[in-house]
Amino acid sequence: MTMALDTHRPPTESRSLLQQSMTVVWRNLLHIRRMPEMLLDVTIQPVMFVLLFAYVFGGSIDPPGDVSYKEFLLPGIMAQTMVFSSAIVAMGLTNDLQKGIVDRLKSLPISRSSVLIGRSISSLIHSSIGIVVMGLTGLAVGWRIRDGVLNAALAYLVLLLFGFSMIWLGIWVGSLMRSVEAVQGFMFTVMFPLTFVANTFAPTEGMPWWLRFVAEWNPVTALTASLRELWGNDGGLEPTASAEWPLHHPVIASIAWSIIFTAIFAPLALAAFKRRSQD
Amino acid sequence: MTRGLAVEAIDLVKRFDETVAVDGVSFSIPAGSVLGLLGPNGAGKTTTVRMLTTLSVPTSGTGRVAGHDILQEPEAVRRSMGLTGQAATVDELLTGRENIRLIGRLYGLPMTYLRERADRLLEHFALTEAADRMAKTYSGGMRRRLDLAVSLVAAPPVLFLDEPTTGLDPRSRAELWEVLKRLVADGTTLLLTTQYLEEADHLADQIVVIDKGKVIASGTPMQLKDQAGKASVVVTVSYAEDLDKAADLLRSAAPEVYVDRTSRRLTAQASGLSDMTRIAGVFADSRIAVDDLGLQRPSLDDVFLHLTGHRAEADDNAADQARPEEVLR
Repeated sequence: MTMALDTHRPPTESRSLLQQSMTVVWRNLLHIRRMPEMLLDVTIQPVMFVLLFAYVFGGSIDPPGDVSYKEFLLPGIMAQTMVFSSAIVAMGLTNDLQKGIVDRLKSLPISRSSVLIGRSISSLIHSSIGIVVMGLTGLAVGWRIRDGVLNAALAYLVLLLFGFSMIWLGIWVGSLMRSVEAVQGFMFTVMFPLTFVANTFAPTEGMPWWLRFVAEWNPVTALTASLRELWGNDGGLEPTASAEWPLHHPVIASIAWSIIFTAIFAPLALAAFKRRSQD
Repeated sequence: MTRGLAVEAIDLVKRFDETVAVDGVSFSIPAGSVLGLLGPNGAGKTTTVRMLTTLSVPTSGTGRVAGHDILQEPEAVRRSMGLTGQAATVDELLTGRENIRLIGRLYGLPMTYLRERADRLLEHFALTEAADRMAKTYSGGMRRRLDLAVSLVAAPPVLFLDEPTTGLDPRSRAELWEVLKRLVADGTTLLLTTQYLEEADHLADQIVVIDKGKVIASGTPMQLKDQAGKASVVVTVSYAEDLDKAADLLRSAAPEVYVDRTSRRLTAQASGLSDMTRIAGVFADSRIAVDDLGLQRPSLDDVFLHLTGHRAEADDNAADQARPEEVLR
C-alpha cells in the first residue's frame, strides 16, 4: 500500500446495451459456477420429479391414446421447469437488491435496463440448462421426439417464449419482496397449484368439472399440451370434444398467454423495479 | 458550474410518504478537498448521498457533481464519480479481481488497461494475495478495501463514501484513513458521511453537521470546536490533600475552576497555549506535586451536544461517562 495510485482518467470505450447486459450475464453465470448447487432446482429436482411420477404414480395414471406415461409426463415437467424460472429471476433480483449490488450497478454510467436484461438472459440460460437435463433424462426413460425437427424446434421456441413472460412475473415479484425467503415462500405457494392444477402430471378428463375447467384454462395446460402436440407425445389423439378451447388450439393459446402475461407483468415489473430502486 | 467546486448540494429535499428524510440541505465541496457529512443514525446522510449519486431522485432541489447537474445529466454524473455504499457492496461470490473487472468492464475500460489497473488496485490496497479468492472469505477490513478499490477502477475525480469505516476495528480504520488521505493528496475530491466525530475531525477539511434532515452547523473542525466553547487546562495533582491548595492557586490564574476529587483533577477555562504555559509556571513555582498538566480542546462530541442538545451516539450511558466535567463557578 505504498505506491501512488494513478488518478488520471483512463480511456473509456462506449459499450452497447447488449455488451453491458452480457457483462451482467457473465457475472450471474460466475455465480452458478461458484455455487453449482444453485442449479439443483433445474437439475436434480426435476429429475427426481420425473422418476417419482414415472415410477410411483405412473402405474396408476393412464394417459389418453397410445402413449406411455413417461412420454406424457416429460412435456409436463419441461413446462413446470420453465414456469419456475420466474422464481429463479425473483430470488436473484431480490438478493442483488438486498445486498446493494443493484445500487452499485446503478451508480455506474450504464443503461439501467442492462441490470434487468442481464438478469433475464442468465435466468433463461439457467432454465435452459434444466431443459437440456430434462431432455436427457427423458431420453433415458423412454421419451422421444416423434414429430420432426421443425415442430420440435417450434416446441422449444414456445417454451422459451413462455419462460420470457414468466421472467417479467419474476422481476415484478422480486422488486416487491424484501427478502429471498419471502420470494421463495410466495413463489412456491403460487407455482405449485399453478403447475399441478393442469394437465402436467395427469389428464384433465378425470377431474371434477369445476377443477377441470380451471385446469384447462390454466396457461400451463396450454403450454404442456402444445409441447405434447409438437413433440408427438400426445398419442396422436385429438382432445375430447368437451375440452375447453385452449386444449384444441394449444400452440396459439400458449403464444397468446405469453403475450398477455408479458403485456401485464412487464409494465408492473418495470414500475416496481423503478420504485424499489429509486428511493 | 461555479469554478472549482466538485460537488454542490442545492436545497435538497427528500420526502418519503409523510416523513421528510432530507429537508433543504445545501453545501459545496471545493475540488480536491474533503467534506465530512456528520450526523447520527437517521439524520439523512445516506439519503443525501443517494440523491447526489443519482440513485434517488430528490423531491425538490438539485445538485451538481463535477459540474454536471444530477437531474439533467445523471449519466455524466455517474461517469465522474465513484460510490462506496454503507454496506460493503462487493459481490461475495466473485473474487477480488473479478469484482474490479466487473465494474471496470461496465465503465467501458479497455480490457488491456483494465487488467493492469486491477493489478495496480489490488496491490495498492494490499489485496494481491487474496486477489483470486472469493470475496466472501475476506475480513471486514479487506471487504472495505476491495469496495474502495472497485469504486476507484475508473479513477473518478469525485468519490462518495457512505460510512466507510462503520464496523471496522481500530486498526483497519486507521489503515483506511491512510488510504483516503493519499487519495486526497493525489487530487480526489471526497465526500464522506460518518457518525464518528473523530473521523470527521481527522479527515475532513470542512464539516457539515446534519440532524433530522437539516444542516445545523458547518465549518472547519476548528471552527466547530470553537463554537462549542473554549479550551481548558486540566491539572492532575499527585496527592488528594493538595487539591484545595491547588484550586486556590489555579483560581488566581484563571477565572473558572472545577475540582473533581475522585480523579484529583482540576479544570480551568483557558483561551489557549499561553494560558497553559502561564499556569504550568505557577505550578512549577509551587510545591504541589503534579502528575499531569495539559490543554484540552472541546471534542466534536461536545460540538454535537452543543448543537443538537443530544448525543451523536445512541448509547446514552457510554456518552455520559465520556462527558467531561462541567465548569463550576
